[in-house]
This record gives sequence, structure tokens and C-alpha cells, in this order.
Amino acid sequence: MIPVPAFLSNPERFMAFSRWAAPLFGGIAVLLGLAGLWYGFTAPEDYQHGDTVRIMFIHVPAAWMSMFVYVCLAVASFLSLVFRHALADCAARAAVPIGAAFTGLALVTGSLWGEPMWGTWWVWDARLTSVLVLFLVYLALLALRASLDDELKAARACAILALVGAVNLPIIHWSVNWWNTLHQGASVFTKSGPAMTSDYLIPLLLLSLAYMAAFGSLWLVSIRGEVWRRRADAAAQRLARA
Amino acid sequence: MSALSALFGRETSLAWGRGGGPLVSVGFYAGVATLLPLATGPEPDRLAAIAPGAAWVALALAALLSLDRLFERDFEDGALDLMVHSSLPLELVCAIKCLGQWVATGLPLALAAPLAALALGAQPLILPLVFGCAAVGGLAFAFMGGIGAALSLGARRGGLLTAVIVLPLFVPPVIFGGGALDSLSNGLPWTAGFALLCAYGAAALALGPLAMAAACRNALS
Repeated sequence: MIPVPAFLSNPERFMAFSRWAAPLFGGIAVLLGLAGLWYGFTAPEDYQHGDTVRIMFIHVPAAWMSMFVYVCLAVASFLSLVFRHALADCAARAAVPIGAAFTGLALVTGSLWGEPMWGTWWVWDARLTSVLVLFLVYLALLALRASLDDELKAARACAILALVGAVNLPIIHWSVNWWNTLHQGASVFTKSGPAMTSDYLIPLLLLSLAYMAAFGSLWLVSIRGEVWRRRADAAAQRLARA
Repeated sequence: MSALSALFGRETSLAWGRGGGPLVSVGFYAGVATLLPLATGPEPDRLAAIAPGAAWVALALAALLSLDRLFERDFEDGALDLMVHSSLPLELVCAIKCLGQWVATGLPLALAAPLAALALGAQPLILPLVFGCAAVGGLAFAFMGGIGAALSLGARRGGLLTAVIVLPLFVPPVIFGGGALDSLSNGLPWTAGFALLCAYGAAALALGPLAMAAACRNALS
């Protein structure tokens, strides 16, 4: 069996695969998202949080995705840096804005949830701060890509920065934890199983899968766009030379 | 060995002499430390509470200021091309450059930091730790900052870009140093924060040159 990255590293095969996979993932995302929202809005109110508990179904998956996208970005950057693979660079480039959007969504929804619950839009708590730093790293990647004119150099510089970030982000996360903790601890992935009623767990998991599928679809679509853009550039250069 | 010491001498004297050297950084540092009481109000109680932290974060900003001189001029005048082809590995060259930068601006800043903390009303008992944190933290700032400086070589608005890249990476040392200073001024054990700061400095010393050299090779390719 061919490993997935090796199979997809051929641009022709990738384009053929993503042609049907991107809409498929998009469809799955819509279906799961609708089901998750339905369960989310029909779930009973929480005895502490009241209605605002429903923010969790938008907020928690976004926070998970913000980290998951960074892992994907780091893997793609590694492949692009070590094997000089153009498609891996397309993938790394495409992942950054999507990851930044998920991180921004987690920050905004967290802030909206914090105001009724903690009585403040923002606290300098460990988890909030480390997500904010993650957002800043995404912004740095966007800024670096935008300010280097040479595309090849920009690709490798961004890959280096993404890997430096991959080494640093766990340290940052841990250091911020060491500094201060107020945010609720993990309540789904704990040793004794999820500390949450299934009324909330089902919509949460459905929406997490929906986010994951949406990311897969958006990622594939924007990689495809990047591939088409490069092909158009190459064609324009060929024409200019002829 | 002679190549090493020659390079170190060159880097240190360039960082020391060209464009004002440590005077600019220390002057900027003094400026920030002066602006702070003007912005927050001069009440001694309030100032004393934030003095160690303020002195510490101003140091991170001052370290940021001197980063654009680290690679930019050597990149523009071609000296970096020569260094790539020298007998020394580029990783070592980058490490020496950062070390020279630290000697020329980090250490003077570390000497100025206790004075600034004292002027802001910190207790005299924490001043040795302010110096220690500033010296070790300066090393971490120089090596982490070098990564940002090397990555933004050849970029438009390189200096600003360096700041955007580097500031998130400054988070752990700022936290550890600030934590150690805060613990000591509240009479708590401070060794944990300082040890973590030293560990981060050592990690930056070991891993930073790899990233810097990769970024320099990329910029020159």
C-alpha cells in the first residue's frame, strides 16, 4: 500500500483525487454541521452556563482545529523544506489562512462566551494567551510570505519559520500554563473518560468532525487554486519567452 | 581557531562601533524606562509593583531594536556570501554573530537593567537577579531574534517584519524571567523561573543557529 503523502505527492494524482474529494468533504461538512447544530440547539440548558453553553459547540472545535491545522502546516513545511516538493509548499501556503481563521474564530467565540460567564471579554489566562500567541504566529507566517517577492525563497523561509514555530509552540503553551491558569481544564480527553453528558458530547463531536471535513475541503480547494495559479504563471512565462 | 576569534572580533567591534553600538540600545532602554512613569503616574507604590516587569519587558524591546543590524548589512555588502564560502560552517558563523551582538549590546543592557529597575522603585534586593535575568535573557533574545533577522533578509520592511516574527518567540523567556523577578520581590523561591530561563537560553543557543543558517542560505541562494 502506498502511504498517503507519497500517493498525493504526484500533482496529477493529487488533482484527480482532490477533484472529487474536495466537494465530498464539503458535503460531509455541511451534513455533519447541520446535524451538530440541530443537536446543539435542542440540547438542554446547562445548570451553570444556561444558554451560553451552546457557544461551546462552535468554540471548542475551532480551538482544536487551530492546533490541528498547525500540525498539518508543520508536516507540509517539513516535506517542502526537506524534499523541496512544490505541492507540499502549496499545501503549507494554503493551510496558513485557514488556520488563522480557525484561531480567530476560537478567540472571538471564547471572548463572547467569557463576557457572560466570567464577566469579562478577555483575561490573561494561560489558554487564552497561548491561543493568542498561536494566532500571532499565523500572522507572522502571513506577513513573511507577503513581504518576500521571490516565491521560492518565500516558500523556504516560511517553512523554516513554521518549523521554528512548531518547536516553540509547545514551549510557549507550557510556559504560559506555568504562568497562570484560570481556564477550565480539559474535560473531553481525560483519563477517566469524558466529564460531560452525552447531550453535549454528541453535538460537540459532530461539529468537530464537521470542522475537520470543512478544513479538508477548504484546504484541498485552496491547494488546487494554488496549483492552477502556478500553472498559469508558468504558461505566461512560456508565452513571454516564445 | 584563529578564524573563529577573528570573526568574533569583527562581529563584536562592528556591533560595538557601527551606528552608535550599545549607546543606542541603552539610550532606547532609558527612554522606555522614562516614558513608563510618565504614562502610569509617578506614585511610588504603583511603580514599585510593576518595576521589575517593566524593566524586563523594556529590555526585550531594546534587544529587538538592534536585530536589524545582525545580518542586513553583511547581506547587502556581500560579506555574508564570503562567510558562506569560508572554512567555518555557517551555523557557527551565525552563532558567533549572535554572540558578538550579545557582548556588544546585551551585556551593556544587562548592566543598565538594574539601574532602570532601581529608578522605577524596585527593591535593592532583587537587583542581582535583574542583572542575571537580563544577561541570560539577552542571550535568548539574541539567538531567537537572529532567526527572525535571518528570515526577513531581502524582505520589504525587514525591520518591522523581524519584530512580528520574533515577538511571539520572546514569550517564554519574558514569562520565565518575569516570573523569577516577581517571585523574588514577593519573597517566594525564584530559582524555578531562573532555571527555566537558563534552559530556554541554552535551547536557543543550540537550535537557533541551525534555523539561522538555513534562512541565510535560503536568502543567498
